[in-house]
Amino acid sequence: MSAKIWILIWNSTLQTLGMVFFSTLFSLILGLPLGVLLFATGEERQGGIIPMPLLNSVLSRIVNVLRSFPFIILMILLFPLSRLLIGTSIGTTATIVPLSIAAAPFVARIIETALKEVDPGVVQAARAMGSTNFQIVRKVLIPEAMPSLVSGVALTIINLIGYSAMAGAIGGGGLGDLAIRYGYQRFRGDIMLVAVIIILVLVEIVQIMGNRLSARLLARR
Amino acid sequence: MQIRLENLKKKYGSLHAVNGISLSIPSNLIYGIIGKSGAGKSTLVRLISLLEKPDDGHVYFDGLRVDDLAKEELIRRRRRVGMIFQNFNLFSSRNAAQNVAYPLEIIGTPKAEIRFRVAELLDLVGLADRGNAPISTLSGGQKQRVAIARALACNPDILFCDEATSALDPQTTHSILALLKEIQRKMGLTIVMITHQMEVVRDVCDLVAVLDDGKVVEEGPVADIFAKPESDVTKEFLSHLVGTDAGGEEQMVQWSSKRGAYILRFRGETTDQPILSQIVRETGIDFNIRAGGVQKVGGEVEIGTLVVDIQGSGKEQEDVVARLRERGVHVEREERV
Ligand SMILES: Nc1ncnc2c1ncn2[C@@H]1O[C@H](COP(=O)(O)OP(=O)(O)OP(=O)(O)O)[C@@H](O)[C@H]1O
Ligand SMILES: [Mg+2]
Repeated sequence: MSAKIWILIWNSTLQTLGMVFFSTLFSLILGLPLGVLLFATGEERQGGIIPMPLLNSVLSRIVNVLRSFPFIILMILLFPLSRLLIGTSIGTTATIVPLSIAAAPFVARIIETALKEVDPGVVQAARAMGSTNFQIVRKVLIPEAMPSLVSGVALTIINLIGYSAMAGAIGGGGLGDLAIRYGYQRFRGDIMLVAVIIILVLVEIVQIMGNRLSARLLARR
Repeated sequence: MQIRLENLKKKYGSLHAVNGISLSIPSNLIYGIIGKSGAGKSTLVRLISLLEKPDDGHVYFDGLRVDDLAKEELIRRRRRVGMIFQNFNLFSSRNAAQNVAYPLEIIGTPKAEIRFRVAELLDLVGLADRGNAPISTLSGGQKQRVAIARALACNPDILFCDEATSALDPQTTHSILALLKEIQRKMGLTIVMITHQMEVVRDVCDLVAVLDDGKVVEEGPVADIFAKPESDVTKEFLSHLVGTDAGGEEQMVQWSSKRGAYILRFRGETTDQPILSQIVRETGIDFNIRAGGVQKVGGEVEIGTLVVDIQGSGKEQEDVVARLRERGVHVEREERV
């Protein structure tokens, strides 16, 4: 392979990293409050601090529907939104919009599940000491759930690496795009292989780092 | 702080967990609330500690109604109330010192002051050198000490202990109870002690209320309840103390595996008098003593208990019982099981 192609691969890798980084960031910004809300409005016995059964079940339904939506279709449906926000619907930057929105409900569930693992007795103790709801979330729930949250974020990143590769198929840029345009359409099996290997390595790195960080947080307890 | 409960009620579905409880808890002493599992103890504590609102009835702190407070006022009130639990409920993401610091942090205490106060509190509970210890490395007794320090951080007016010693072994229970008693005296605190262990009531409480099925069935000074139990629930709790389970220096001595027909309870001076032999001499009726002993209640008053058979006809037995009662002995017929 020529130096030009390696530069192409390098640039595509950077694009993928950029897409994954920003879509992780935005999906957390969207999903974290949603996850906390899902948890907080849940049953008191499971630690819900402001039980609101109706709101909870409505939110839960919405999250489920969004999660089961096929990503490619969601992406196409969100083309207009990307155009509105970014000015275009193709390319790396534009893809961040559907990626973030697709991952947000996933993140919300992961956060909710992690918070549910926190001992409700501990939450009760915090309430008895006169914590405000905000203090319970920030100073009790999130720190107590941190090891699970870290694993959850790692899983989100891994999913987003996969989704970003899929987005490449419809003009999203990055390694997926490279694999389709060069590897598939121009019969460059070698480029396809390198792109796939890089994706696998990225996934592996995130997985290992997530596990390590989570284990280190647990070991300190 | 003095607490008054007025006809408190709380329902879960169709279950009356707390069913019309009225109590007066005076300040500066240890008040026991004892009841079997499911009697409604924890529910009652959640109502008094303002974690839940009652369906009906009122809670007064120092004459001020507190069950209907608005959110902000409620949170401020809760900060004047300390609470410890059976499972300690410590933050595993924080070490011992950081746990104690939490209640101070949430009220915005300056860092330097927090450090000083936490050191003071850890010293008070005998853990001065364990501040940096992760919670998982502490023993059960040490965890409860951290929880006590945390509960005392904001100088509460009252401390609720919900089965605080139920997860601990007898020695550790003893040391935690001693610590609570010491703290109560030192700080002039009111402590409400929820338990299902009569030993706890005997060893530290001044007053006690016996709870059953969401209701108070008996209430009064601990020595009175030990000397003259009235409800069946109370008698049953006491019978656990007379103890089929051997062991412990404070346990009853027991000679016979058979149960006696009568339980005699003596109090104060009557424990020193040879009442039984007097009656034997007067009536010529013999006693068969099956078990007995003397217990210190609240570390002061002595309550003697004897489990006996009275040998004789029904009429003779009645005569003996009457003579016993005349001399201030509390007599119960023991239920044969
Ligand atoms: N949040 C709740 N939802 C439904 N039922 C409840 C709830 N809390 C308590 N109960 C029920 O109310 C009754 C009293 O419970 P409570 O926890 O007050 O008893 P307790 O005396 O503390 O018992 P234990 O000694 O086992 O702790 C029980 O039958 C329990 O199942
Ligand atoms: Mg309970």
